[in-house]
Parts: sequence; structure tokens; C-alpha cells
Amino acid sequence: MKKIFALLLVLCLATALFVGCAPADNETGTDNVGGDETATPAGKIKIGAILIGDENEGYTYAHIKGIQDAVKALGEDKVEVIWKYNVADNTDAAYPAAVDLVEQGCTYVFSNSYGHQSHMLRAAMEYPEVKFVAVTGDTAKKDNLPNFSNAFNATYQSRYVSGVVAGLKIKELVDGGKLTDKNLDANGNVKIGYVGAFPYAEVVSGYTAFYLGIKSVYDKVVMNVSYTNSWFDPIAEGAAAEAFIADGCVVISQHADSTGAPSAVEAKNKAGTTVFCVGYNIDMLAVAPTSALTSATNDWSVYYTYAIGQALKGEAIATNWAKGYSDDAVGITKLGTACAADTATKVAEVEAALKAGTTKVFDTTTFTAKEAAGVKVDENGKVTEYLADIDGDFTGETNVVKEGYIDESNAEEFRSAPYFALRIDGIIENSDEK
Amino acid sequence: MSHYGSTKEPLIRIVKRDGLKSWIGWLIRAGAILAALLICALFVFTITKLNPLEVYESMTKGAFGTTRRMWITFQDTALLLCVALGLAPAFKMKFWNIGAEGQILVGGISTAACMIYLGDVLPLWLTIIIMVVASSLSGALWGLIPALFKSKWGTNETLFTLMMNYIAIQLTAFFVALWENPVGSNTVGVINLRTRGGWLPEIGSNRMVSPYVLPVLIVLGLTVFMFFYLRNSKQGYEISIVGDSENTARYAGMNVKKIVLRTMLLSGGICGLAGFINVAGVGHTISTNVAGGRGFTAIIVAWLAKFNSFVMIFVSLLLIFLEKGASQIASDYGLNNEASEIMKGIILFFVLGSEFFINYRVIFRKNKKEEEPNA
Repeated sequence: MKKIFALLLVLCLATALFVGCAPADNETGTDNVGGDETATPAGKIKIGAILIGDENEGYTYAHIKGIQDAVKALGEDKVEVIWKYNVADNTDAAYPAAVDLVEQGCTYVFSNSYGHQSHMLRAAMEYPEVKFVAVTGDTAKKDNLPNFSNAFNATYQSRYVSGVVAGLKIKELVDGGKLTDKNLDANGNVKIGYVGAFPYAEVVSGYTAFYLGIKSVYDKVVMNVSYTNSWFDPIAEGAAAEAFIADGCVVISQHADSTGAPSAVEAKNKAGTTVFCVGYNIDMLAVAPTSALTSATNDWSVYYTYAIGQALKGEAIATNWAKGYSDDAVGITKLGTACAADTATKVAEVEAALKAGTTKVFDTTTFTAKEAAGVKVDENGKVTEYLADIDGDFTGETNVVKEGYIDESNAEEFRSAPYFALRIDGIIENSDEK
Repeated sequence: MSHYGSTKEPLIRIVKRDGLKSWIGWLIRAGAILAALLICALFVFTITKLNPLEVYESMTKGAFGTTRRMWITFQDTALLLCVALGLAPAFKMKFWNIGAEGQILVGGISTAACMIYLGDVLPLWLTIIIMVVASSLSGALWGLIPALFKSKWGTNETLFTLMMNYIAIQLTAFFVALWENPVGSNTVGVINLRTRGGWLPEIGSNRMVSPYVLPVLIVLGLTVFMFFYLRNSKQGYEISIVGDSENTARYAGMNVKKIVLRTMLLSGGICGLAGFINVAGVGHTISTNVAGGRGFTAIIVAWLAKFNSFVMIFVSLLLIFLEKGASQIASDYGLNNEASEIMKGIILFFVLGSEFFINYRVIFRKNKKEEEPNA
């Protein structure tokens, strides 16, 4: 017992010593953060990456690859990346991770999940000499700190193109007489299912773009959306897809990160049901070789090349950044064998129009909506005013309707994170479903 | 007669050890850790072909590499230790309090509520006092309910405390939805980020160390308190008697019900306080992950240390070291967290397994040749 006591006493004293040392540390510690070990050769910068998952998870893999490609493009001798994998986004884990990266000498820190945002902001407030980017975050504009930014891709554009692919398939099925009454609703609209994660703007913007993409090819469609309330839940996503298939949906798409839905579709397709899937983030042909049409994807290397490039030049990173086809930051994966003939030609056409800006995804002449809080429509149901949430408090305050279209992902004027959360006609949300 | 004697002696017999010198016990434990490290090294080498020594060095760097990391390690040790300190009196009394997770969570909820509603209104010292009282009271209540049911109706406290965890988790989810910021984001975010209302004060001016100091000091204080409470106080004595034999306690004229209720109030209260330290002093946010499994890990800490608070320091430090080291090797070598979880599992298996050899002796059947002279 006495020995333990003595040990404890030593420990106590040691602790007291550290407390005493703390202020003294400051003089040497903070300015060149960390001392010798963290010193970087001239011209070389260290960047930190805080990731919600690791390479085994599609969403994070896309970020890892984006950063790696960016570093390759900019010169591997100029940039060193320090990775933090599996950093939870519903605890404060991002904060100690960020400070640890600062201590290791990182001058730029990126995080890839929405929930990391406020903890990154805390780090940004405490370490003004380091730049922090909460990718997919939405409050940078409101927070107005010189060292805190947000970034997002205009994913809705690639969703629209994946919708075009699905629309061509539906048109082929209709023309070929492959659909039965079960696949149509009472008004003769072809049924589509969409497995969403959460009822946020990011998801709403995505599925609306997908729906409008289909409609641009084949007009008579109706889409059901159900939410799993999780970004990654293979079982719930699979179950939602199966419910859609049982209901007669012909195409199932998703905004959730697992392969649950495509796997379910593939099983039913192989068993003889007419059903196809459109994925997200990763090529689904591996899990659904006969039923996958394509996936909407992001190429994060475009953003990371921009941001790390700015860092190398010593120039500021935009507070908000959102690019789509104009910068090849989004796209679709390889077309599956199930796709309708000439899909590739049509896709190239649509992509070129999006790139040139001649096609607007949320063209107000292509859909109708109901009057609601923050939404004004004319006598034909055409949207004339839509108040979107730009400041990140989840209530709309800024009109984002421009001449003839809703201006989604305008990072310069509004913000980088999606803010299109308008519910349009023809899409039914199963909000009571879990 | 001979066939009576020929009853086959089992190959291995297990005999309870008595009066093992404590230093031999510690030797066995140290040996177990060493053996575990060897197996881990083998595992690391066969799977990854990395030099295990380098991996261990990287683990040490992850936990103690810089002053700040060392302090984070101390802080996390303190958080785990605090829960273990709460569990110690209950477990010593043989009251199986599996409900620390829930007690931490309700303490965390009360703290977060104070931060949100009072943090920017009242002066900091007053907020802190209210938070301490509120969090320990709510934790105590969460611990008291199963104790009341047990003493009144003889319910099973293991199941009851476990079930209370789930209630607390759902309660937390409810409050997260109520307080979510921004609305709809499903997280509370950092509470009072700009004003720092209700945040425990930072000590010292080194921003890489100052946030971690106070939680460590609070828990160190609690450690000293719990050591003397269990060893030197009358109540501590009562706890150990009830734990050894309720009948003895009753025979000695102790009010067992009262002791059980009082001890669970204390146990839950300290766990609630752990929630307070976590929310006001460390994370400044509330989520269902605030307890983060500490409520269960702390059981291992309390048992391994035989409820000696000072030994608990070392046990929690070992566990936190493994955790920190694990995430460092994940970062340094691209081993993902699963690899480090396996290593953690191996080490825990050996450490827990060594307790068996400390309490029991294994006797192998002797060779016939040796037996004959005795027969």
C-alpha cells in the first residue's frame, strides 16, 4: 500500500510540474507549433485530413482519392498529407483531431463530414494561423472567419445526368411494351423509387434533379422517396428498395452511402423482375452487374487541387466553393450494359449543355409546385419565388429564383452546400416511413 | 482397496490460491502484458510485415509524443477513471451497476441544459456550481431507481441498470433533437462556441494544454477522496461488509437497505459528474456517444484494480494508452482501426486472463514414477 502511495505522490508531483510548465511551454510551443519534429522543409506544406470513415467506405474513399490525386497533380514533393481516419462526427472528436494536426505542423486542415463543422470552427477560432475547411459544411459564410471555409460539389448536376440515363431506360421499356399495370400508377405514370438518407436540402436537391433528369426524357413519371435516417445502413437501404420493388417501381436510385439498395435490385432483377438501379458515389456494377445503369459521382480532386494549389501559392481559399460540370468536379460512372441504346450520345449532349450553362437543372418551366411558406407560384404552378436557407439555420430567408431557373450551388452569391429543399409536384415523400 | 485408490486423477486440476504475495501477483500481471505484447508483435508482423518495435514506438508517440498528446491522454484517462471511481463502491458492495453509461448520459444532459439555458445568463462560477449539483443529482437519481427497486422488491439490478442505459440513450436522443444546432442537423454542435458560457475554465496560457488541465485535477481529487472513503471511512467499511456477506452485515446491526441506497446515490452521482466533466470540460456538446462505452470499460478498470483508486489510475492509463496508440498506428501505417482493436483485444485478454492465474493454481497430474513412492 505504501509503495502505491509513494507512486501516486510522484505522479501528483509530476502532474503539478506539467501544470507549472504549461505557461512556459507557450513561448516555444505555439509560434512554430511543435518544434523540430514538425519542421517542414521550405516550400513544402503539410495538410491534414479529418475523415469520417476510411478507405473501406465509399464516401470517404472518394475524398481520400481526391486528395491523393490532387497531391499527385501538384507535386508529391511539395505536399505532405497527415490522415485522421474514422473520426466520429456526432461527438467532439474532430476538435482534438484538428488540434493534433495543427501540432504536427499542418497549416491547412480539411474535414469531410457535416457534423465535424462546429468542432472545426472551434479549432479555427483558437488557431487563427491555420486554415480550416469543413467540406460539405454550410456555416462559413455566416461565421465570417478569414480561416474557415466550406466546399461542396454541384452534385445535383450529375444526379440530373444519371436521371437522363434512367429516363432513356424507362422510355425504352415503355416503347418495348415491357411494363405492366403494376409499374404504373392510376394516372399511367411510371413508378420510380428513391432511397434517401435524411430529408435535408442535400438529399432533396439530389432527388429532385434526378427526377427532372428522367422527366427531360420521359415525362410521365412519379417518384416515391423514403428515408432511412442514416447515411450508411445497408439493411435499411435494402429493405426500402425491396418495398419499392414490391410496389412496382422500375428504377431505384439512392442518396445513401451503402450498396444495400443496388444489391436488393440486382437480386430481384436476376429473379426476373423489371427493375434497374442508379447508384451514388461508386460504380455499382460490381454489386449489380445486370441491373446497374450508372452512378452519380463526385470528383473531389478538382476541389482539393484548387484548395491545396491556393495553399501552395500562399493565396486565400474561397470561403465557399461549389463546382459542377463546368470544372468536371462531378460526373457519372461507366454506363452499365442494361442501359438503353444511344445513352452515351445523349449523356454527352446533356453534359455539354450543363457545362455550357445552356441547360439549367432546376429550370422553372420543367416542373410545378404548390404554394407554401417561402414558395410563391403563378397560376400554372410555376415557381416565381423560393426562399432558401443560406445562413445555415434551416429556415429559408433568401430568394434563389433567377430568370427562369432556381440557382442551386451558387457558391459566390449564396453558399457551397445545397440549399434547394423545394418539394415539387410528382415526388411523394414517405416521411412516416423509417 | 486398490481400485478405490485408482480413481483417475484429472490431468489438470485447478486449485484456489491462498496467501499469494502481492508482488508475485504483480509479476504475473507484468508477465501477461509482456506476453500480450509479444503476441501482438507476432500479429503485426505476420499481417503487415512491419517492424513491431516501430509500431510500438509509434503507439507511444501517439499517446505521449508531445506535451499536448500527453495531456489528452491524461484527460481521457481521467474521464475513464472518473467512471471507474463511481463504479468502485457499487461493485465492491457486489451491486452490479452496469448502468454507468446511462448515469453519465443523464449527467451530461443536465450539464448541457445548464450550459444552454444558463451558460450565457449567470456568472461562470454559479453556472458551474449548478451544473455540478444538477449532473450529480441526475446521475444519483439514475443510480437510485434500480437500488430502490432492488431493496423494495428484490429486482435484479444487473438487468435494471442495463435497461436504464437504454432509457438514458433515448432521452439523450430526444434532447439532441430538441437542442440541435443548426436546426435539422441532428447534432447539437459546440454549445456556446462564441461565448464559452458554462465551459470549465482553462488553466495556464498554453492553448495546447490549458483545456485539459482542470478535468484531470478534478478527477485526481475524486481519486484521493474515493481511496480514503473506501478504506478509512465507516461507510466504506460498511460497503465492504455488505459486499462480503449481507447476513454478516445484518448480524452486525447494519441497515443493509440504507447502505445500498446510499452507495448507489454516490455511485450514480460520480458517474453523473463524469458526464458533467465530459460535457462542460471536454466536448462542450451532447450526443448519445458522450459516454462512449466508458461505462462498460470502467467496470474492467474497477475490477482489475480491486477497487483501489490509485491502482485504477494505472489501469485506465493502460487502456487509454492502447486506444491512443491504436489510432496513431492507424494514421502512421495506414493500418485501419480494426487492426488496433485486435491488438487492444489481445492485451485485454491477457491482462484479464492473468487474474485467473493469480487467483488459482493449475496442478498437472504427476507422473506415475513420482506417485509410486507416496502410494
